[in-house]
Amino acid sequence: MHELRIATEIIETVQAEMNRRRLERIGEIGMAIGALSGVDPEALSFAFEASVTGTSLENSRLNIDFIPVEGHCLECHNEFSVNELCFVCPKCGSGNLDIIRGQELNIIWLKTDDRNDSAKGDNHGR
Amino acid sequence: MAGEKIPFEKKVLSENDRLASDIRARLDDHGVMALNLVSSPGSGKTSLLEKTLGALSGRLKMALVAGDVQTRNDAERLEKAGGKIVRPIITGGACHLDARMVGAAIADIDLRNLDVLFVENVGNLVCPSSYDLGEDMKIVLISTTEGDDKPLKYPSMFRRSSVMIINKIDLLGHSDFSLEHVRANALKINPALEIFELSCRTGIGLETWFDWLIRAVARKKGKDLTKASS
Repeated sequence: MHELRIATEIIETVQAEMNRRRLERIGEIGMAIGALSGVDPEALSFAFEASVTGTSLENSRLNIDFIPVEGHCLECHNEFSVNELCFVCPKCGSGNLDIIRGQELNIIWLKTDDRNDSAKGDNHGR
Repeated sequence: MAGEKIPFEKKVLSENDRLASDIRARLDDHGVMALNLVSSPGSGKTSLLEKTLGALSGRLKMALVAGDVQTRNDAERLEKAGGKIVRPIITGGACHLDARMVGAAIADIDLRNLDVLFVENVGNLVCPSSYDLGEDMKIVLISTTEGDDKPLKYPSMFRRSSVMIINKIDLLGHSDFSLEHVRANALKINPALEIFELSCRTGIGLETWFDWLIRAVARKKGKDLTKASS
């Protein structure tokens, strides 16, 4: 339900960066969303699409990398995937662990829309 | 021709996290314990706070922030139960509290004269898990009229909570809810969870919660409140 609020924050953050870099269009926004982030990727994409109408991000889309949960056992230092949300080290059975991946809710990259280049007549040579 | 990929690393909710850190620092400065109560609607957050106010008002100086989507009803219940410092937050439809709302709600509270701040979040096990409010810990409530698999359905919330309170244990046997199952499910998600079983209606189990609360507040305050008279 809070995906709408989060979509709005993403839009504002990206628009600020577009202004800073003087980009007119962004094609894709790369994101990492952890399984434990409390955010549903589909609901977020839906909220994003609904929110960008009429903004400078109208033709942009989210490219979401869904990150499964990984733990680091503080007893035996084993690193493992937390399968079926069982937060116990499969090697030594300890529940004393750090979550090393799976809580992300991050923007990672922006991909420009190539129309930026033609609009500015500016070739980055990539 | 594909567009250019620009690295741009930015945590979403970083502004909320920054505001939450400010709140946490202010509360820490004054040794105020902050507890963020989360649950589904109807698990008994307000009832637990009413009972806690009724029993401990003479021993602990408590302030309460009551988040509600639409009404002031919870805040009014808490005032009636003896809450002297009650700040309602009406979210106007939003499904969670955020750090900005809590910061504004507690801005005028004299923290020098306070032991514990309760934040009663909006009834919802999903969205509030993403928002740090500057609390020392989240306390998740579940009642015996709900499914005992809720910890598995809402792992993010149960993983981020430090305490689980099972309410309405007087109704055990009237539903398929099993204490054994809910404990096993919750501990699978979070083996460090501290668990209380109680009934706000009959009062059974409340003493254990009160004792824990007094000790936790005393630890934060750095002084022994267990012997304070009322």
